[in-house]
Amino acid sequence: MQPTTKTETLDIEGMTCASCASFVEKSLTRTPGVQRAVVNFATEKATIDYLPTEASPATLKEAVVKAGYGVTERAPDTSAADRQAELDQQKARAYQKLKRRFWVAAALAVVIMPLSMLMLWPSMMQRVNMLWLNYGLLVLTLPVLLYSGREFYTSAWNGFKHRAANMDTLIAVGTGAAFLYSVAATVVPGWFMRRGLMPDVYYDTTATIIALILLGKVLELRAKTQTSAAIKALMGLQAKTARVVRPDGQEVDVPIEQVQLHDVVVVRPGEKVATDGIIEEGHSAVDEAMLTGESLPVEKKAGDPVFGATLNKTGSFRFRVTKVGADTMLAQIVKLVEDAQGSRAPIQRLADKVSAIFVPTVIIIAILTFVLWFDLAPVETRLPLALVNFVAVLIIACPCALGLATPTAIMVSTGKGAEHGVLIRNAEALEKAYQVNTVLLDKTGTITRGEPTVTDFVPAPGQDAAQLRQLVAAVERQSEHPLAEAVVRYADEQQTPALAATGFQAVEGKGATATVNSQAVLVGNLRLLTEAGIKLAPALTEQADMLLAQAKTVLYVAVAGQAVGVIGVADTVRATSAAAIRRLQALGIEVVMMTGDNPQTAAEVAGQVGIKRYFAEVLPHEKAGKVKQLQAEGRTVAMVGDGINDAPALAQADIGLAMGGGTDVAMEAAGITLMRSDLQGVVTAIDLSRQTIRTIRQNLFFAFIYNVLGIPIAAGLLYPVFGLLLSPMLAAGAMALSSVSVLTNSLRLRGFSPVKN
Amino acid sequence: MDTAEIIVTLAGVGLAGFVIWYFFFSTRQTASAVSTSGGLQQVDITVKGGYSPDVIEVERDKPVQLSFYRDEENSCSEELLIPDFSIRRELPAFKTTLVELLPRQAGTFAFTCGMGMLRGRLIVK
Repeated sequence: MQPTTKTETLDIEGMTCASCASFVEKSLTRTPGVQRAVVNFATEKATIDYLPTEASPATLKEAVVKAGYGVTERAPDTSAADRQAELDQQKARAYQKLKRRFWVAAALAVVIMPLSMLMLWPSMMQRVNMLWLNYGLLVLTLPVLLYSGREFYTSAWNGFKHRAANMDTLIAVGTGAAFLYSVAATVVPGWFMRRGLMPDVYYDTTATIIALILLGKVLELRAKTQTSAAIKALMGLQAKTARVVRPDGQEVDVPIEQVQLHDVVVVRPGEKVATDGIIEEGHSAVDEAMLTGESLPVEKKAGDPVFGATLNKTGSFRFRVTKVGADTMLAQIVKLVEDAQGSRAPIQRLADKVSAIFVPTVIIIAILTFVLWFDLAPVETRLPLALVNFVAVLIIACPCALGLATPTAIMVSTGKGAEHGVLIRNAEALEKAYQVNTVLLDKTGTITRGEPTVTDFVPAPGQDAAQLRQLVAAVERQSEHPLAEAVVRYADEQQTPALAATGFQAVEGKGATATVNSQAVLVGNLRLLTEAGIKLAPALTEQADMLLAQAKTVLYVAVAGQAVGVIGVADTVRATSAAAIRRLQALGIEVVMMTGDNPQTAAEVAGQVGIKRYFAEVLPHEKAGKVKQLQAEGRTVAMVGDGINDAPALAQADIGLAMGGGTDVAMEAAGITLMRSDLQGVVTAIDLSRQTIRTIRQNLFFAFIYNVLGIPIAAGLLYPVFGLLLSPMLAAGAMALSSVSVLTNSLRLRGFSPVKN
Repeated sequence: MDTAEIIVTLAGVGLAGFVIWYFFFSTRQTASAVSTSGGLQQVDITVKGGYSPDVIEVERDKPVQLSFYRDEENSCSEELLIPDFSIRRELPAFKTTLVELLPRQAGTFAFTCGMGMLRGRLIVK
């Protein structure tokens, strides 16, 4: 009987670099009975296939420890989804508890309020014993304090021990003062009477404040969970299992965590693609909307990449796994969005500074309010007035609105961006995009498809087309330039026999040269030929001009020092480009194009898409210079590009936007990555940034103005002139609504949809 | 001004002075990171109405692992922000959350709760 292998997953601790991972892997592989061991540094997990007859989890652990690392005892739930689920559960429990606390406080406040108002009806008062009524109110208020409001006091005390003060400190001090005063008035009313004071109680104030603040918290918590809904939705896209083909051809469903590099995975119609890979056989249409925002399914065939979490539509296929876990596209998108949500926007700096000193400052203002009222008010009312205004100041102050103003908007908007295939690197990028007034487009791959095709192949009079094709193709086969690829594709279509080329040399921004059949062959732009001292015959010049007039790129071919032909290549403009550029212009942005093409081609393309200003014949290393030139004109420039040679320009620009399928280098240099290869993404990014910053400004304005007006009014500033005082209960209502208003305003961004025609 | 007014004024001013000193100028608890054999700098931080310790010293160019144990359910401390490292983490109550970062440059970096009320400093030397 063949021994069955078992699989064990261990959490390794102490790995600090990728080489540690290979060290652990080696140690495990050498352990007797281990058939295969794979250690993932990123997830800190080792997956080991072993023969239970020769090895056991204990011997595997021993091997890890021998290598100098530790094994964390696995909790039953360790996957990211499980952790998130636990966190969500904890939050749901906290929310339920908060709601219970609110309802208890609200129910008691509803009873306490009318009882406290009995004194408004003197006829009633005569029938009620004041002393007993106050004791009754005290009994009713106690649960509000000890059950509903308990967390305010513990939190304030914990903070105090850390020399930190937060919103709870304000509420605890405010309600605490009102309550203690009331208790004194209840227990020793004589002391007050002897000093000519009415022994008034503020139980209703205490209970109502706590109920209202809790209401605010309930609403706030409910809204806050929605700000991170987008990223949770993204995480939830991850497939749970994969159908892996075993070496013996058997198809087995395995949990996604156990899928390894180079595994072959089967995907049937209607199934989710488990992870990233390359299709080996089969073809299908795949819905990638969740990653790119592109609503049309994308055709996939053997050799094409597929991405985890996308949805297979029509056919079935097998793919070889190239990325797992944290390396997949989905994981990287989630990481990018998470990072962006953790970043700080420069606009927030002032608010941050204010929040750092906010609570102690408010406490000081409240103390001074108390002192001033006590000193200035008539003797018989000075204590209650001082107390009421002291409490009102503490309660109305709302540091939360200030703290929530920026991050909530950033969270909603980065999530919303991801939904539309716009990945924002950080809050600063969002703020920069808002300031943009000029968009510089690198023509190829952004305005156009970036996939040029040969449209004309014109040999000089007397030249043999087939032979020339062979020579040109031989040179271009060695080149990696997109134009060369187009020529090679063309040659292949014409079934041109291959020739060998030697001494290949790429001339940056100009073309390439090589020796074929012992003749020097040059293929490139006019500059390449001119600099080699080669002149064009008038017939060729005429042909070339004709092609240029049609906005085609012209490749010139010279063999043995003689110009022998021209090739017309055209890169078709994307169907969506003109409309997207129109929308950018409608947003008040000047769109500038730059291209390596000659001025005629540049003018033709610019005309087609409605661009008025362009730079032609820009060499790759000059791109960053063009960005600088625009910046020198006082513009805030967004650079949109897709290739490696865009990276310096993307970095130089105030904000760089790397376009879909962009290279990693371009994504590194870009503040915003567009998952979809289409200019609409630029419109979405800029529009989203504008709406977000507008929302943040509204929030910050509201939060500042609320506190700046609210605190002095609560302190009684209007009293000398208008005789107006703010009841602490009204203050609590305002405070509860203020942070909810800010959150609700941020949540409006969830309704964002990119401008269309 | 009667006696009561004088007492209230003096007490009020004194209290305000205490608040200023206590929250802004008193000395804070500082902790230096403990380096493990692997070169990882580890610090344990308890989160309960604040961070203890709340000033953490680490060395540059060495990976840092901060383990935050949130010893309360109060929602104030549920989020942890280290903006200079683009970190926003939710800290589950009564659990340890590991936060890893690699400080590349010296300086003082703030870490705060979601609303910037609870504050700590990471000093990179």
